[in-house]
Amino acid sequence: MHAIEKILARAAGVPSVGAGEIVNCDVDLAGINDLYLQTVRSFREMGGVRVHAPDKVVMFLDHYAPASTIAQAENQKQFREFCREQGIDLLMDVDQGVCHQVLADKGLVRPGQVVVVTDSHTTTHGAFGAFGTGVGATDLAIILVTGKLWFRVPEIVRIRLEGKPRPGVYAKDVILHVIGRLKADYAVYKAVEFAGPTLRQFGVSERMALCNMTTEMGAKTSYIQPDDVTMAFLASRGCPPADVPTTDPDFRYAAEHVFDVSAIGPQLAAPFSVDNVSDLAAHAGKPVDQAFLGTCTGGRVEDLAVAAAILQGKHIHPGTRMLVVPASKAVFLEAMERGYVQALVAAGATFVTPGCAACLGTHEGLLASGERCISSSNRNFPGRMGHAKAEIFLASPAAVAASALEGRIADPAKYLA
Amino acid sequence: MQTTITGKAFVYGANVDTDQIYPGRFLDLTDPEDVARHAMEGADPLFASQCAPGDVVVAATNFGCGSSREHAVVTLKAAGVGAILAESFGRIFFRNAINLGLPAIVCPGVQEAVARGDVVSVDIAAGTVANKTTGATLTAQPLSDYVMNILRNGGIKPMIRKSLGL
Ligand code: SF4
Repeated sequence: MHAIEKILARAAGVPSVGAGEIVNCDVDLAGINDLYLQTVRSFREMGGVRVHAPDKVVMFLDHYAPASTIAQAENQKQFREFCREQGIDLLMDVDQGVCHQVLADKGLVRPGQVVVVTDSHTTTHGAFGAFGTGVGATDLAIILVTGKLWFRVPEIVRIRLEGKPRPGVYAKDVILHVIGRLKADYAVYKAVEFAGPTLRQFGVSERMALCNMTTEMGAKTSYIQPDDVTMAFLASRGCPPADVPTTDPDFRYAAEHVFDVSAIGPQLAAPFSVDNVSDLAAHAGKPVDQAFLGTCTGGRVEDLAVAAAILQGKHIHPGTRMLVVPASKAVFLEAMERGYVQALVAAGATFVTPGCAACLGTHEGLLASGERCISSSNRNFPGRMGHAKAEIFLASPAAVAASALEGRIADPAKYLA
Repeated sequence: MQTTITGKAFVYGANVDTDQIYPGRFLDLTDPEDVARHAMEGADPLFASQCAPGDVVVAATNFGCGSSREHAVVTLKAAGVGAILAESFGRIFFRNAINLGLPAIVCPGVQEAVARGDVVSVDIAAGTVANKTTGATLTAQPLSDYVMNILRNGGIKPMIRKSLGL
């Protein structure tokens, strides 16, 4: 069996599982975000009275942090009341940040767990060797009522990464390249595992970026076999050493792909789909109205660090605004301690409170019609970040910073000597 | 459960994401009537005013990819959509649709076989799709027993209520 299958078998209480089977699994960690008051409604509509295991539930007020409309404020108020009433202590209020980063910061995700959040990018937690998957509000409510959820055991594909990335090339470029090659519907219903020697050069932040974006290939879940890098990170967050499932040597993948990352330059996904990927060079020089640095894909300390290194002592282009959103409070605090916040603000960046901010087009930095944005986030769908006629180009945090500096899409390599 | 659905078709391409089906800026709405007003707004501003009860959405691959928002299903259901036929679905959208009792059916070749406005008839139990306008017929992928059971119960909420003896 694959490690993912072992996780599902354990959670379903059966000796083994295979691709295509439907299993009913105990859920180790269930997360709800503030977009989906429907979760609470569905819980009640199903006849739920007491939440099955309130200590396994985390509530995130992150997408509307802090509320920008009365409707959002009302929804958040009802979530807080629900937590109080149900004894859900893990309420991550508007000060905490984006759900996936908060789970990582607080060491709440462990290898071998089944993690389900009402957010499509829950694939992120494969970076810790967990089975992470996103669901809708009613599915999450089923967990609140029963503690369990059904899954179809996915086929598993392996992506082997080889070679050393060139300066200016990051995990974000690698995953954009992979999505551009394999396309947005390649992994629908499947699990995507990353393996290969390049992973040794990627820390937890970059591994999270890889797993995060498998959602944009349709993946149900993602996986990286935990190693000493993972375990050191988890230990630093106070996680006790876990029993880590491993894949049996005779396991057969549904498909395997090998990518030599030393062969790629900085990448870019152009509007209006994430698989519309090319070399950044193909769009270099296009003027940029907004540079957006943040989100569960590209708003970690490492991302702010590279932006600060590029912009230290300089000023962004007068025709461009730069928004910086630390993914979480912990990221924000560390970035302050390290001086990144000062460097970026002095360089002309506008800071937004940790959370999803403009990433999903609800508040704090929306785009007008005809505007162009370069973003470290994960989606460039029409209307994703504001007007349907605004253009979003997805790139690495370094490319976002370099583009803010030049006021046009720019290769970061020359600033990274 | 109504197993045959007949209505006029609204046809879309590949990778219609949930931001197009239901834009993020309206996610703080919770009443189905309010939610219905923005159905398909990002892809087809005429949809919400033209869709009648029982109409059918037809698409190419990966319909409903992107965000986990259940609003994307709520809005189509509230607008009157009776079934969705696509070459493939985004997985969370598929789960959401089945959970809310809206048949989401994988039907190879459907997007090419149907034009906007054609009258389409879907027999969910038999797994057949007929284009009444052109006379073309297609075979859909059968739904698993698990999924059929949810649909037969009118969605997962009534099913769970029943299992709790409510
Ligand atoms: S930062 Fe963006 S992609 Fe990540 S959870 Fe928030 S809205 Fe979704």
